[in-house]
Amino acid sequence: MNPVSAMDFVLARPEIFLLAATCLILVVDLFVIDRDRQVSYLLSLVALALTAWLVSDTPAGRHVAFHGMFVADGVSRLLKLVTCGTVAAVFLYSRDYLIQRGLFRGEYFVLALFATLGIFVMTSAGSLLTMYLGIELLALSQYALVAFDRDSSVAAESAMKYFVLGAIASGLLLYGISIIYGVTGTFDLAQLANRLDASSANNIGLLFGLAFLMAGIAFKFGAVPFHMWIPDVYHGAPTSVTLFLGAAPKLAYFALALRVLAEGLGSAVAAWQDMLIVLATLSIAVGNVVAVAQTNLKRMLAYSTISNVGFILLGILAGTPFGYRAALFYTITYVVMALGSFAMIILLSRKGFEADRIDDFRGLAQQHPWFAWMMLFLMVSTAGVPPFVGFFAKLYVIQAVLDVGLTWLAVAAVVFSVIGAFYYLRLVKVMFFDPPAEGIAVSAGAGLRLLLSLNALAVLVLGIFNGALVEAIARVLP
Amino acid sequence: MQTHWPLLSIVTWLPIAGGVVVMLVGDARAAIGRWLALGVAIATFVASLPLYAGFDTTTAALQFVERVPWLTSLHSDYYLGVDGISLPLILLTTFSTVLVVIAGWTVIEKRPSQYFAAFLIMEGLMVGVFAAADALLFYVLWEAMLVPMFIIIGVWGGARRVYATVKFFLYTFLGSVLMLVALIYMYLKAGSYELGAFYRLPLSLREQTLIFLAFLAAFAVKVPMVPVHTWLPDAHVEAPTGGSVILAAIMLKMGGYGFLRFSLPITPDASRELDWLVIGLSLVAVVYIGLVALAQRDMKKLIAYSSIAHMGFVTLGCFIGYEIVAATGSLQGATLGLSGAMVEMISHGLISGALFLCVGVLYDRLHTREISAYGGVINTMPVFGAFMVLFAMANAGLPGTSGFIGEFLVILASFRANFWYAFLAATTLVLGAAYTLWLVKRVVFGEVANDAVASLKDLNGRELIVLGILAIAVLALGVYPKPLTDVMEPTLQNLVQLMSVSKA
Repeated sequence: MNPVSAMDFVLARPEIFLLAATCLILVVDLFVIDRDRQVSYLLSLVALALTAWLVSDTPAGRHVAFHGMFVADGVSRLLKLVTCGTVAAVFLYSRDYLIQRGLFRGEYFVLALFATLGIFVMTSAGSLLTMYLGIELLALSQYALVAFDRDSSVAAESAMKYFVLGAIASGLLLYGISIIYGVTGTFDLAQLANRLDASSANNIGLLFGLAFLMAGIAFKFGAVPFHMWIPDVYHGAPTSVTLFLGAAPKLAYFALALRVLAEGLGSAVAAWQDMLIVLATLSIAVGNVVAVAQTNLKRMLAYSTISNVGFILLGILAGTPFGYRAALFYTITYVVMALGSFAMIILLSRKGFEADRIDDFRGLAQQHPWFAWMMLFLMVSTAGVPPFVGFFAKLYVIQAVLDVGLTWLAVAAVVFSVIGAFYYLRLVKVMFFDPPAEGIAVSAGAGLRLLLSLNALAVLVLGIFNGALVEAIARVLP
Repeated sequence: MQTHWPLLSIVTWLPIAGGVVVMLVGDARAAIGRWLALGVAIATFVASLPLYAGFDTTTAALQFVERVPWLTSLHSDYYLGVDGISLPLILLTTFSTVLVVIAGWTVIEKRPSQYFAAFLIMEGLMVGVFAAADALLFYVLWEAMLVPMFIIIGVWGGARRVYATVKFFLYTFLGSVLMLVALIYMYLKAGSYELGAFYRLPLSLREQTLIFLAFLAAFAVKVPMVPVHTWLPDAHVEAPTGGSVILAAIMLKMGGYGFLRFSLPITPDASRELDWLVIGLSLVAVVYIGLVALAQRDMKKLIAYSSIAHMGFVTLGCFIGYEIVAATGSLQGATLGLSGAMVEMISHGLISGALFLCVGVLYDRLHTREISAYGGVINTMPVFGAFMVLFAMANAGLPGTSGFIGEFLVILASFRANFWYAFLAATTLVLGAAYTLWLVKRVVFGEVANDAVASLKDLNGRELIVLGILAIAVLALGVYPKPLTDVMEPTLQNLVQLMSVSKA
C-alpha cells in the first residue's frame, strides 16, 4: 500500500482548515466575555468564507486521496460551496434571534461548524466508513444543537427523541454496511462498484444489507415511514436551529444517496429502485396530506420537507444521469426555499413571541406587504407553481421519472402535489385575506430584511433563468 | 408591414413591468398608481394594434415571431408568435384590461394600487399564454396566471371569496398538472418543447388517448365544461367586477384556445375517437346549464351559468368538425364549426364582460346582486337600462349583435353533422332568450320596486364610456364580422388540415 502523499492533504485542505478553524473558535470563545460574543460570530463567518475559497481552489477533476477513502470531485466541490453559503446564511439569519433569547453563545457556531465538517466529509466520502464518520459527526452536532436552548423542555424532549431514533438509524446503517462488507469484502465504494454486476441485484445477502442501508438513508432524509422524528424535532428546536436542520444537511444526505446508491451500488439499481419507489410515493403522499392538518408553521414545513424529500428520491430512483442531476437541482433549490421559509419565521418572531403558528401570519399583507409577497414567492415556489424555481425542480424530476417509463409514478406525484398546494395556499390566504393579527411586527434589522428579500427573489430569478445552475450541475454530474 | 420592434414581447412584458411599478408606488399614493395603471393599459393596447395592422391574412404561419434560446438543456425557447387564432384573443385581452382599469377607477377603495397591479400582471401573462409557441413557455405562463387571479378574488372579492378562490386555484391546478405530465412525455419523444414539433410527432392511438385526456382535464376545467364547472359560479359571484370581467372575457377562452392549439392538432385521432365525449358534454352544458341559469336569483350567478352554456357552443364548434367529416366528408364544414367557435369566444368575451360591468354598476350603487332587490331600474336609470337591454339581447343571440354570428355558425355546422345535435344546440336560442329576457324583465322593466331603486343615479361619465365602447364593439362585430373572420380563415383551414391527417 502506498504511503499517504502530500497531495492527499492538499485535496483535503478545506476539511483540515475547517477543523482547525472550528477548534480555534472553540478556544477563542472560552476567553471572550458575553459582550464580545460577536467575535465568535464573525470568526465563524470568516472561517466559512475561507473554507469556500479553499474549496474553489482545489484542483479540477476527480481525485482520490487516502487510499480511496476521500474523493474530491466536481459534485463534492459544488455541494461544499452550496453548504458554505447555506451555513453562512443560517448564521446571518440567526444572529438577532439568538441575541434576543440569550442564546448567542459560541457553542451554536462551533456545533454548526462541526456539523458543516460532517457534511463535507459525507460529500467527499469514498468509502462506507468515511461516510459513516461524516454521518455521525453531523448527527451528534445536530442532537446537541436541537437541545441548545437548555431551559426549554420542549427542545430537550425533541433532542432526546432525535437522539434515540437517530442512534437506532445509525445502528441500522452500520449493520447494513457490515453485511455489505461481508458479501463483497470491501468498504471502498469504487471497488464495490467493480465487484458488483447486474446479477447482484438478486444476491440475497446484498439485498439484506441494502435493506438496512436503505432504512438508514431513509431515516436521515426523513422519508416515510422513517419520518416520525422530523415534525417533532423541527417544532421543538429553536427556530435558528430548525433553519439549519431544514437546509444544509439535505445536501449531505443527497451526497449519501448519490455516493452509496448510484456510485457504489449502481449496478444493483433494480434492487434499490423498487425500495425508493415505495419510500418516495409514501413520502409525497403522507407529507402532503398530513401537512394539511397542521396549525403550526414549523410542523407544516416539516411535513412539507417530507414531501419534498419524496421528490428528491424520485430523481434518484430514476437511476439515470439525468435523474441524479434533477435530484441535485431539486436539493439545492429546496435548500434555498427552506432557508427563506424558516427565515420568515425568524423575521416575524421576537423575544417571547415565536411567530411559528400559521395564525401569526394573519394579515401580514396589510402591515408588511413586501414581506407578504416574499413569503408568497417562497410558498408558491415550494408548491411548484411556475415561474418560480420550485416548479422547474419538479419539472426536471418528473421528466427523469417519465424517462424511465414510470408514468404512473409521475401522475401520482403531481396529483399529490396539488393536495400540497392547498396548505401553501392556506398560508397565502392567511397573509392576504385575513384581518391582521395582534402584535404582528417586524423588528428585524436591515441586514436580515435585505438577505431575506434577496433569498425570496432568488426563488423567482432562479426560476426564470435556471440555465446557469443546470449547466453547473451538468458539468459536475456528466 | 415588417417591423423590427419585438411587439409581442412589448405587449407581454410592458404590463408586467408596469404592474410591478404600480405596486411599488403603493396604496398610499393611489391616485398616481391609478393613472399609471391606466397609462400602461392604454399603452399596451396601442402597442397591440400594429399586430392587427401588420397581420398577413393570407398565411397560416406564425407571425411577429421572436425566438431566443431560453432553457437550452430542455431545448425550450422563448418563442413567441401569433396566428389567426391567437391574434383576436390578444387584442381582446389588451382591450378588456383598459376597460377593467377604468371600471375599477374609484370603486376599489381597498389597496387600490395592488388591485391595478394584479390586473396588469394578469394581462401580460395572458397575452404571453396566447403568444407562446413553445409548450413549456406556454405552461409556465398558464400556471403563473393562477397566482394574481387567486389574489384578485381572495382580496377584493365578496363574502365567500376565500372558499371560491381556493376552489378556483385547486381545480385549475389539478387540471394543469396532468397536462404537464403529457407535455413532458411528448418532449421526451420529440426532443423539443416547440409546438410545431409536437404537431409533427407521430403518436399511437393509445398515447394520443391518454394525452388527449390529460389535455381535456386542463382545458375542460378552464372552459369550464360540465361536470367540472362548479368553480365558475363561485368564483364569478365572489370576484370583484373587474375580476369577473377578466375571468369571463379572457380566462374562459384559455380552455377553448387550448383545444384549438393543443388537443385538435396534437391528438387528432384521439379527438376523432372521443369527439362524442366533448360534444355530449357541450350539449349538456347548453341545455342543462341553460335551465340552471333560469333558476338563479343572483344576477352574477345567472350570467356565470349563461357563460358556461355559451362556452358549450365553443367546445361544440371545436369538435363538431369530426362529425361533419364523418357524415359528409366535407372539410369546409369543419372550418365552419371552428369559425363559429372562434367568433363565439370573442363575442362572448365582449358581451359577458359588458354584462358583468352592468351588474357591477348596479352593485356599486345598492351593494346587492339579488335580482329581487331590483325592479323598474329603467325609470331611474334610462341610459343604463338601454345598455343593459342591448347586452342582454346580444347575450340571447339577437341578429345584428355579435352573439348571433357565433351561435349561428355553430348551429349551422351542427346541422351538417346531425340534425339532433343542431336541435339540441338550437334550444339555446329559446333558453338563452328565456333567462336573459326574464332577467331584464325583473331588473330593468316594471314599476320601481322600492325606495332604493327610486334613488338610483344614472351612469356617470366613466361608466358611460366603458359600456359605450363595448356596445359599439358588439354591434360592429355583429353587423360586419369580416375583419375578424378574415384574420382567422387561413389558420383555421390549416388547423382542419392538421386535424384530418392521422398521426397514429
